[in-house]
Amino acid sequence: MSTVNHTQEPLLRIAKRDGISRPKAYAIRVIAVVLALVVSGIFIFAVTKLNPIQVYEGIYKGAFGTSKRSWVTIRDTMMLLCIGVGLAPAFKMKFWNIGAEGQVLIGGVVTAGFMRAFGGSIPTPVLLVIMAAVSLLGGCLWGVIPAAFKAKWGTNETLFTLMMNYVAIQITSYCVAMWENPIGSNTVGVINQQTKAGWFPEVFGQTYGLNVILVLALTVGMYIYLKYSKQGYEITVVGDSENTARYAGISVKKVTIRTMAISGAICGLAGFIAVAGASHTISTSTAGGRGFTAIIVAWLAQFNTFVMILISLLLVFLQKGAIQIATQFNLNDYASNIITGIILFFILGSEFFINYRVILRGKKEGEAK
Amino acid sequence: METVAAVQLRNITKRFGKVVANDSVSLDINRGEVLSLLGENGSGKTTLMNMLAGIYFPDEGEILVNGKPVTIASPKDAFNYGIGMIHQHFKLVDVFTAAENIVLGLEDEGKLDLKAAAAKITAICEKYGFQVDPNKKIYDMSVSEKQTVEIVKVLYRGADILILDEPTAVLTPQETDRLFGVMRNMKADGKAMVIITHKLHEVMDVSDRVAVLRKGKYVGDVATKDTSPKALTDMMVGHAVTLNINRPDPKDPTPRLEVKDLTVYDAMGVKRLDNVTFTAMGGEILGIAGIAGSGQKELLESVAGLQPLSPGASIRYRPIGHPEDKDGVELVGKTPLQIKQAGVSLAFVPEDRLGMGLVGSLGMTGNMLLRSYRKGHGVFTDRKAPKQLAEEVLTELDVVTPGVNFPVRRLSGGNVQKVLVGREIAQEPSVLMTAYAVRGLDINTSYTIYNLLTEQKLKGVAVVYVGEDLDVLLELCDRILVLCGGQVSGIVDARTTTKEEVGLLMTRFKKEGEPA
Repeated sequence: MSTVNHTQEPLLRIAKRDGISRPKAYAIRVIAVVLALVVSGIFIFAVTKLNPIQVYEGIYKGAFGTSKRSWVTIRDTMMLLCIGVGLAPAFKMKFWNIGAEGQVLIGGVVTAGFMRAFGGSIPTPVLLVIMAAVSLLGGCLWGVIPAAFKAKWGTNETLFTLMMNYVAIQITSYCVAMWENPIGSNTVGVINQQTKAGWFPEVFGQTYGLNVILVLALTVGMYIYLKYSKQGYEITVVGDSENTARYAGISVKKVTIRTMAISGAICGLAGFIAVAGASHTISTSTAGGRGFTAIIVAWLAQFNTFVMILISLLLVFLQKGAIQIATQFNLNDYASNIITGIILFFILGSEFFINYRVILRGKKEGEAK
Repeated sequence: METVAAVQLRNITKRFGKVVANDSVSLDINRGEVLSLLGENGSGKTTLMNMLAGIYFPDEGEILVNGKPVTIASPKDAFNYGIGMIHQHFKLVDVFTAAENIVLGLEDEGKLDLKAAAAKITAICEKYGFQVDPNKKIYDMSVSEKQTVEIVKVLYRGADILILDEPTAVLTPQETDRLFGVMRNMKADGKAMVIITHKLHEVMDVSDRVAVLRKGKYVGDVATKDTSPKALTDMMVGHAVTLNINRPDPKDPTPRLEVKDLTVYDAMGVKRLDNVTFTAMGGEILGIAGIAGSGQKELLESVAGLQPLSPGASIRYRPIGHPEDKDGVELVGKTPLQIKQAGVSLAFVPEDRLGMGLVGSLGMTGNMLLRSYRKGHGVFTDRKAPKQLAEEVLTELDVVTPGVNFPVRRLSGGNVQKVLVGREIAQEPSVLMTAYAVRGLDINTSYTIYNLLTEQKLKGVAVVYVGEDLDVLLELCDRILVLCGGQVSGIVDARTTTKEEVGLLMTRFKKEGEPA
C-alpha cells in the first residue's frame, strides 16, 4: 500500500502551553504592540511616504491633543466600557447577548422621552433619577424577553437578541419622527438646549465627570458581583456547564433570566448616559455599533471589568486617532482603518502566542525524519 | 524465519505538557497476528496507537511500515499506509446509511456509485463474516452494528493493519464473541491487528501476542499461549495484586432509600429504566452492575432529582437515626435544591465529572464552593471554608495540581476524580452514590477510594457503587443489584455470588429490554 511518497513532517506544530508566567505574557503583549507599530509604520511609509512617527503623533493628538479631545476620548471610553460591563455577566454565562445595541437604544429612547416631557416640570436631580430608573427598566425588559423565551422554549438567544435590535431601532425611528425638531430636519435636535433640564450636571467642573463616576462605580460593582457574590458564582457555574448547575440545585432558567435582566438593565443605563450625559439627543445611531464593539471588549478582557477599562480606552483611542490622521494628512478613512486593523490584529494574535507555542520542524525531534 | 513486521515503532516518545504519555516505546506489529495492547487506564495505549493512526505526531522516535521509515502526519497518511483505527467513540453520520458512511470522504473519480459500493461492502462482509445491511441508517443501528460499520469502513479503504481501541467495552458477551470470530477470519487473511483492552480474559481469548505498557513505558511482550492472566497482571501493575479489598460486615443495616417502580424515558422516548424497585440500606455498599448504558446513569440521576420520572414512582428516604420516622421523605417530584432542603444529605459522584459534577474553569476552591456556596445569609460567598476544604482534599487524596486555584479542567482525569470524590465525601452524606468512581485512577488511588467508601459505610451511610469491574464489585460490595436493559435482573449477595452468575444476570433480559 505504500505507493505514497515519503511525506515530510509538518513544518510547524502547535502545542498548548502548560501555563505562562504573568511577566512573560505581558512581554508577549508588549512585543505585539511594538511589532504592530513597526508593521503599520512600514505600511504608512510604503503607501503614503509619510513619516510614521508623525502619523503616530497625529493619532495621539487626535485622542489626547487638547483637554477637550481628552474628555471626549474619556466620555466615549466610558460609554463603551459601560456596555462592556453590562455584557460581561451575559457572556460569562455563555448567553450570546448580541442585543446590547437595542438595549442601549431603548434606554436612550425612554430617557429622551422623559427629558422632553418633564424637562421643565421636574427638577433636574429628581428627573435624572427617574430617567435612570426607566432606562434601567427598558433595557431590563429588552434583556429579559429573549432570556425568558430561551428559558421557557429553548429559543436561540443569538437570533432573538439580534432581532430585538431591529425592534428597538424601529421604535427609535418612530420616536424621532414624532419628536422631530425643527420640523423637517428628521432629527430630534438637542433636547432642552436652553434650560439644560435633565442634563448631567458638571462634577468637579467637568462636563463628563458624572459619566466617569457612574461607569467606574458600575465597573467596580460588576467586578465584585461576578467574583465574590453568590449570584456571580451561579453565573460561572451555568456558563461552565448547565448540567453541573442542575446537579448543584441551581435553577438554570432563573439564573438565565436574572442575569439577562441585569445585563440588559446596565446596557439600558448606558443609553441613559449617552442621552442625558453626552449627546442630549436621540437618533437610531445613538448606540453607534458600540453594542457590538463592546462584545470584543468583554471577551478580550475575559470578563475582568478592570481590564475592560484598558481595552475600551485602546479601542476609542485608535478610533479617535484614525479620524485625526485622516483629516490631518489627507488620508482617506480606509488608510487609518488599516492602521487600526493592523494594531488590533497583532494584539489579538498575541493571545494565541500566550496560549500556544509553535515548534519548528527539526527542533527537538531531529531524528524523526 | 525472519519476516519484516508490518509496523515497527522505534523509541516513540510523546509528551503532553509535563506528562510523558509514551516514553521511548518500541513495538512490532506482525501480519497474520492479533496483538493485544494491555495496560491500565492512562498507561498510554491509546496515545501510542493514535500516533500510528495519524491523530498525534510523535515527539521523538520513528515509525516503519513494511520496513520503510514513514511519516504519518494525518489520518489520511495512515490510510495510505494501510493503517486503520476503530476508535472507542464512533465517528459516523447518524442520518446516513452504512454505505454512505463507508464511502464518505473517499476521493474517487467520477460519479458516486452507491450500488457498487454496497456490492463491495457485501463482498467484504461475506469474506470475513460481518453482518451489515449497507442501506440501513446509522440511527437505526445497535452499538455493535455501528462498530461493524466502522470496521468495514477501514477495510473498504484497503487497510491491512487494523487497530481496535477497546472494542468490547460497549458490547455484550455474545457480540464480543462474534467480533472475535471476525477478527480470527481477518487474521487468517493475513491482516495485522492490534486490540487495545484491559480485560484479561479477552486478551487470553483472542490474541496471539500481548504487549504490555505501564505508565507510558513498554514493559515487554509475550506469546499468549505462554502466559496467564496472573502473569499479565503482574506485568501490567508491576507487582502482584490480589484484590484484597477490606470488607467489614455491615453493622445493623437499616433501610435508607426505598425505590419503587422507577420508570424513566429519555428525551427520545426510549425507555431507560423499567419498574426498578430496590432498597439501599444504610451501613452497606450496594453495588450496581450492568453493561454500559443499562440505566445506571438514569438510576442515580433519578435519586438526585435530575431525571423526569414516569408517574407511579416513589423514592422514600429515611434519615440516619430516625427509624421511628415511618414514612420518611418522598424524593420524587423534588428538585435537587428541594431534596437538599428536605434534609437529605446526598452525595453524588456522577459519571461525567467535568460535565456534571464539577466546574471546569474554576480551581479546587471554586469547586468545593459548589456544595456550600449558599451557606450564610449575605450576598457574598464565603471562601475561607472551601479553601480549607480544598487544601484538606489536596493533602489527603494526594491531588497533583499547581495550586488550589488552578482550573480543574486542566488536571488529569484521576486528579479531577479525586477533587470530586473528596468534595462529595466531605459533605458527611447519609447517601453516597458513585458512578465509576475509580475509572481512570491508578491502583493505589483506587484503593484509597475503596477505603473511603468502606469508611462511609461503617459510619452508617448508604453507599451505592456503580461499577464496571466485576472483581471489584464482588470484593467491595455487600449486595449487588444487576441492571439489564433498564430492568433489575437480580439482586445478589456479593459474598456468595460468582462472577459467572452476575455476568449471566447482566445479559438475561437482553431480548425484551433492548430499546427498539
